[in-house]
Amino acid sequence: MTSLYDEIGGAVAMDAAVDIFYRKVMADERLAPFFDDVDMERQAAKQKAFLTMVTGGPAHYSGRDMRRAHAHLVAEGIDDSHFDAVVGHLAGTLKELGVDDAKIARVGAIAESVRNDVLGRDPAV
Amino acid sequence: MTGRIRRGNLDLALEPGETALEGLLRGGVAVPSSCRAGACQACMLRAVAGDPGAAAQQGLAPALREQGWFLSCMARPTGELVIEEGPPPAIGATIAEVAPIGPAIVRVRLEPDEDLSYRPGQYVQLIQGDHVRAYSLASSPADGRALELHVRVHRLGRVSRWLAAAAPGTRVGLRGPAGTCFYTEGRPEQPMLLVGTGTGLAPLRAIVHDARRRGHTGPISLVHGARDPDGFYLVDELKGMSDGTGAFSYVRCAMSGETGGEIEVGDLAQVTQRLFPNLKGWRVFLCGSPDRVTALKKQSFLRGAGLKDISADAFLTAEMPPPPLRTPAARAT
Repeated sequence: MTSLYDEIGGAVAMDAAVDIFYRKVMADERLAPFFDDVDMERQAAKQKAFLTMVTGGPAHYSGRDMRRAHAHLVAEGIDDSHFDAVVGHLAGTLKELGVDDAKIARVGAIAESVRNDVLGRDPAV
Repeated sequence: MTGRIRRGNLDLALEPGETALEGLLRGGVAVPSSCRAGACQACMLRAVAGDPGAAAQQGLAPALREQGWFLSCMARPTGELVIEEGPPPAIGATIAEVAPIGPAIVRVRLEPDEDLSYRPGQYVQLIQGDHVRAYSLASSPADGRALELHVRVHRLGRVSRWLAAAAPGTRVGLRGPAGTCFYTEGRPEQPMLLVGTGTGLAPLRAIVHDARRRGHTGPISLVHGARDPDGFYLVDELKGMSDGTGAFSYVRCAMSGETGGEIEVGDLAQVTQRLFPNLKGWRVFLCGSPDRVTALKKQSFLRGAGLKDISADAFLTAEMPPPPLRTPAARAT
């Protein structure tokens, strides 16, 4: 089965998606404070890697990677509401790019699978 | 056919299917990496000769691509690829002229011992004894070998005060060029916005001239910010570049002063936002103090400019460590 990543256009589509996604995240006042002091290019690259992963593309991140990468944000207080907001912007981005709802739901499911790792929780919770 | 990788003393034949990153790691070179899928850019390296391939440069800003930067995890070169090992060697230069051109700003003309290959808007590291400072180039290779710097003379600045007092004939060292804040061809009709504070005008002026020389046809707007109305320089030159058609517009913005005149008064980011509310599809260049550049970069992105269409160069002063030459993101915060 081809991944959604390939269906929506691979790396080229990810470059188009990352600007839209990152702009939505930065314009969201619930999320913006967490991005105040970051290098924008580096952050965009991470977001591209995230988009690649959740669309089933070739990104080799493990649950442990996601935990480690977000540990400082967990310490700053990110919770389910922030995670939900990011997933909402993810869906909005794909919709803007013309991806249909069924595929967006598939992406949402992959994103959901890393929720506990991102929020630094015991997987059993 | 598989490729070869050279870096310093390393000369390595890639195995079939092997990426440059895998080859370098096998050869004992510690290249950082993370996603290994061409996304995170942790493994970015610079090729000084050879072709890393289109896939290895997908998603990189045009200025990085032009300078040979590529993602080693995606590179499967078919020929020989020579990878930059360290910063380029310094060259010598002679100070030809030092002249005041603005309030506490001097123009320094340098004659380098050999031609410096650079793009207008890039910067060099100037070496004076044990001190190294980064200065943007206000000149263009099209005008000849001489280099022009605009130097803000800081009250306690060790190098800037030394430069301001330097006699013609004084020798300095130069390293570089570096930086990705320069005009790239390919979209001549794209509207361009350039915003800078203080001597951030130096690279922006060079970029405007370069864009016009390369046949840019879209409108170009330059906004220069200063603390007070006396802080501007090159005013006559820049005013003279507007021909009334709107192809080039020049705005001065002072933080304080009398309102109602031809100078905008107010916060640079707010004034810029009022004059240029929608930057979707624009090319943006930002140079000057780090706090202004950071705020303007974020604002430009939120106002619609694509991240790869924004080039930013934050000027660090001597209290801060000099930027390393090898990492393109380090100076462009």
